[in-house]
Amino acid sequence: MSKLVLRNVSRRFGEVTAVNDFTLALEEGEFVSLLGPSGCGKTTTLRMIAGFLDPTAGTIEMDGEVISSPAGSLPPEKRKMSMIFQSYAIWPNMTVAENVGFGLEVRRLARPEIRSKVDHILDVVQMKALGDRYPAELSGGQQQRVALARAIVVQPAVLLLDEPLSNLDANLREEMRFEIRRLHDEFRITTVYVTHDQSEAMVTSDRIAVMNQGRIEQVDGPRALYARPRTRFVAGFIGRTNFLDGEVRGEEVVFDGFAIKIGQFADPVARGGPVSFSLRPQSIHLHRGLPAAVPGATVIPGRVVQRAYLGEHWDYAVGVKESGVELRVTARPHEVFEVDQEVWLEVDPRQMAHIQ
Amino acid sequence: MSETVQTTTLTAAAPPGYRRRWRQLDKTVFLWLLLVGVLMLLVINPLARLLLSSVQDGDTGALTLQNYLTAYGRWRYLEALVNSLVLGVAVGALGTVFGVPMAWAVSRTDMPGKGLVWAAILGTFIVPSYLGAVAWILLAGPNAGWLNRLYIWLTGAEAGPFNIYSMSGLVLVVAAYSFPYMFVFTRSALDLISSEMEDAAHTLGAGVLRTTLRVTLPLILPAIMGAFIIEFLEAIALFGVPAFIALPGRFQVMTTMLWQFFEFPPKVEVAAAYAMPLLAITVLLFWLQRKIIARKGYVALTGKGGERRLLPLGRWRWAMLAYCLFVTSLSFFLPMLVILQAAFSKAWGRGFSFDNLTFRHVRFVLFEQSATQAATIHTFVYGATASVIALALALCIAYIVQRRLVPFGNALAFLATAPFVIPGIVLAIGFYAAYTKPPLVLYGTAWILILAFATRFLPIAYANSDAAIRSLNPELEDAVRILGGSRLMAMRRVVAPLLKRGLAGGFILVFIPATRELSSAIFLYTTGTQVLSVLLFDKSDEGNFEILSSIGLILVLGTVALVLAGFRLVGRDFMLRRDTAA
Repeated sequence: MSKLVLRNVSRRFGEVTAVNDFTLALEEGEFVSLLGPSGCGKTTTLRMIAGFLDPTAGTIEMDGEVISSPAGSLPPEKRKMSMIFQSYAIWPNMTVAENVGFGLEVRRLARPEIRSKVDHILDVVQMKALGDRYPAELSGGQQQRVALARAIVVQPAVLLLDEPLSNLDANLREEMRFEIRRLHDEFRITTVYVTHDQSEAMVTSDRIAVMNQGRIEQVDGPRALYARPRTRFVAGFIGRTNFLDGEVRGEEVVFDGFAIKIGQFADPVARGGPVSFSLRPQSIHLHRGLPAAVPGATVIPGRVVQRAYLGEHWDYAVGVKESGVELRVTARPHEVFEVDQEVWLEVDPRQMAHIQ
Repeated sequence: MSETVQTTTLTAAAPPGYRRRWRQLDKTVFLWLLLVGVLMLLVINPLARLLLSSVQDGDTGALTLQNYLTAYGRWRYLEALVNSLVLGVAVGALGTVFGVPMAWAVSRTDMPGKGLVWAAILGTFIVPSYLGAVAWILLAGPNAGWLNRLYIWLTGAEAGPFNIYSMSGLVLVVAAYSFPYMFVFTRSALDLISSEMEDAAHTLGAGVLRTTLRVTLPLILPAIMGAFIIEFLEAIALFGVPAFIALPGRFQVMTTMLWQFFEFPPKVEVAAAYAMPLLAITVLLFWLQRKIIARKGYVALTGKGGERRLLPLGRWRWAMLAYCLFVTSLSFFLPMLVILQAAFSKAWGRGFSFDNLTFRHVRFVLFEQSATQAATIHTFVYGATASVIALALALCIAYIVQRRLVPFGNALAFLATAPFVIPGIVLAIGFYAAYTKPPLVLYGTAWILILAFATRFLPIAYANSDAAIRSLNPELEDAVRILGGSRLMAMRRVVAPLLKRGLAGGFILVFIPATRELSSAIFLYTTGTQVLSVLLFDKSDEGNFEILSSIGLILVLGTVALVLAGFRLVGRDFMLRRDTAA
């Protein structure tokens, strides 16, 4: 049985529909991210799971029992969840230890037990020496760790995180991503993580639900999501990509300037009508001369239009010969081509994702 | 256990209807109803009864317009209304002359002694205006006043030229105690204009004078007009100063007229009718003031406006300081000097000398006379109780409005700020009309004073509570709830501790005006519930200025203690900030 189920959940604010027919099931111990641009409804969804908002349609179930419905919801304090807020929401009038121990105190644990649990969790988040400090005396990263400790120490049924890293600087953000994943591996708490940052979602999650305008676009593991995006939005939002629009004619998909046999694609393609594909810049290789035939690959002649050296890699824009198509190609630093140079593009159709 | 019960009721198809509805009913609705009830008692009922009384026959209760005919049927009554309007305009004008140059000098120039000027203006806020009136009687009473005696001594003339018991005297005293509004408003506006705006005019070839007139002045004009309106309204609603000065001067303004309608036998209905224009003018002008402040040109003043440089005045800076000290001498230095002299003199007319020094009056007032002792206790107990009530009410309302806990929360916010546009004297007549007759008789008890004070200063409490709650991130409370704490626990463990400091400041800002309130107290007190302000007014008939000054001194010292407490708790500018001073 799934731990947490959102069944056709919608939320309207007056005329605006913030979340639209959202359906998702989380397994016990799973880490799922809600990823999308600001205003896509991800925080609204999280607040409905927490019980701060009621859905206007649909239900949310935990362990098979309805906890949210338009008719009424279990209040947040009865859900045995915990949450990490964008502002951390560390209470400035309490010390670190008091903050962390608060949830245990509410659960009426004995004092010595609270103390030992608080000590242990502070040790886990590497804050052991700072239990008597007040939040104002802590750095942003340390406050973040207190928030994590406070949320985890109560061993919640579900852990919710609302853009927890958005107020940290870049280096710290990178460090904390791994920290969050490490804590998840240690405690195996069912987790919903809201973010607009794709690499945060990729590092931390078992599965990612990409949201756009209140709807789920695609739910998949990080690798599948990148390699096989199913919609134009997902392909464009996760990493950079080239969109190729063509038309099915008989046994071929005809693009502007070249054609590929239907059987060469990994994804099934409809017989007839317009089709679109997403092709990652890393999936194209550039050659100086016509390369030796690679089984299954297609080779297209082109010309370098623009280039940029970014240290870790080259970024080329290559025009396909006798067409208006321009492809972005990522190449390793030693693969140097001049602007206007004639090149061959090697494309593997199996890496082209068929998108709606 | 309770959550399994709750979830089963949610999933079960048909639990008993009323019980399920009760479980899912948001209990904050009851708090909302309670608050509406309290606001009915404090704001709506007095106003409704005031309106009703004005069209009712006092004996039969039948509807009639006779009260309005009586109230405006005599030239004497109309003349008082005209006098009030003249007073208001003159005070606004004189207040502008006093306040604007001072604000400019403090904000934009290198005038020396700014700290002293600032302290003197704070002092002006601290001296109750009716005590200022007492001081000005000592200063410019015909013949015996200090300024007249100085004039006679200097010139050898028969009589001095000053007579405080006149319209011009009244204007001077009222303006001396309301110009701080002009100062605070104008200074806030000036503080937001960056030097760059003026530099832009200079680079285009405009001189200092031209820049000031064409650039700076238009930018602060809305603030000046807003303050002018506030001063006008303050002047026409004031009771204490006119009672001390106009009545002996044998002329009337609206507020003194209202008071005379209350002399035995009280003609409440006529007073209610007579108060209507005062209420209407106030509501209308506050609306106008809002419009002026909200006008498009004011947008330039909303941001923090870049770097500001002080204008070097050269030799003129001493002249500017002299002007500032002249104005604050009228409002603070001279009045406090003569009040202190009178309080510690055997007879104030004998002047400043050691053999005239005595502590008899102060001791008498503080320790020997039971009436003043009781009044001192009443003043601070009533004031503190009213402040607690106002603040608790304001806090509840601000919280549920900010957190959107109930529908129509804005209606509560509107009611909580509405008393701002009700002159104290009008509010008092409303309370009198509402609570002297059954079903609820409060007249004769301390509660009518306490509730009237609480209502009168509820808007100040609300402004403070609202700002305090705005500064709290709602996620701090959400964090309590998601960890299993109730809303109440969030209030107790997080909201209350975090708001403590801010609310202490709000408490003091309500407490100070509540301890010196005269215009509503004068209509609502009875023999057992005198406060110091009323006592001071009552004793003025006896002409014993040494006792009057001693009572005044106690009030001032009490206020100073509160202000110092405010400094410690909230910071030095807490009284002169624009949002709270207005």
